[in-house]
Amino acid sequence: MSAAILYWALTAAHVMLAIAMALCVRRMIRGPRAQDRVLALDALYVVSMLLLLTFGIGSGRTIYFEAALIIGVLGFVATVALAKFLMRGEVIE
Amino acid sequence: MSQAADLPLWAAIVVSAFLVLGAALALIGTIGFSRLPTFYERLHAPTLGTSWGTGGVVMASMIYFTVVGGRPVFHEILIGIFVTVTTPVTLMLLAQAALHRDRAEGDPNVPPSISAAPSDEGADVSSK
Repeated sequence: MSAAILYWALTAAHVMLAIAMALCVRRMIRGPRAQDRVLALDALYVVSMLLLLTFGIGSGRTIYFEAALIIGVLGFVATVALAKFLMRGEVIE
Repeated sequence: MSQAADLPLWAAIVVSAFLVLGAALALIGTIGFSRLPTFYERLHAPTLGTSWGTGGVVMASMIYFTVVGGRPVFHEILIGIFVTVTTPVTLMLLAQAALHRDRAEGDPNVPPSISAAPSDEGADVSSK
């Protein structure tokens, strides 16, 4: 019983997060300006991190947690560097 | 899914509720991100996924591994804290960059720079 509940919740979460990633990719392709694309990349990082955490619950392994942590850290650094580039035209002054 | 069979029913219900809540909020945030008309409105939508989307999934993961492992597991809270701390920084930097670009192009829809206005007023006051 509990396995069935958890299985369907995980399936629903996977489907919803996959649709969320598709919407982020759509905004990244269509995005009228560069800042829309950078924000879409940031949201894509966050949603893929959540998807890895749900994979970790599904498989019962902790390796997915470490991958999600690395994605969280690198997504922050990437977005800050891209925002700095949009503001100044260069990353390291 | 191998250890899920010996999970108690209440834990399965709580974990499933947090999972669906987090994923649904992330999905709602990206729907808003894809549908809102201007960049400054879109900027706010994905924070739904970074606040309660991350919170829900992290809570579900913590409860699941605590119950399955039989010992307290709290390392997922690192992700929650890190995302909560860094999201305002990225959004502030992006909004400043977008405002800078719009002002440089002379977009009439954005307010003028604050640093330009007080210098004119200061010149008026000193001349009187």
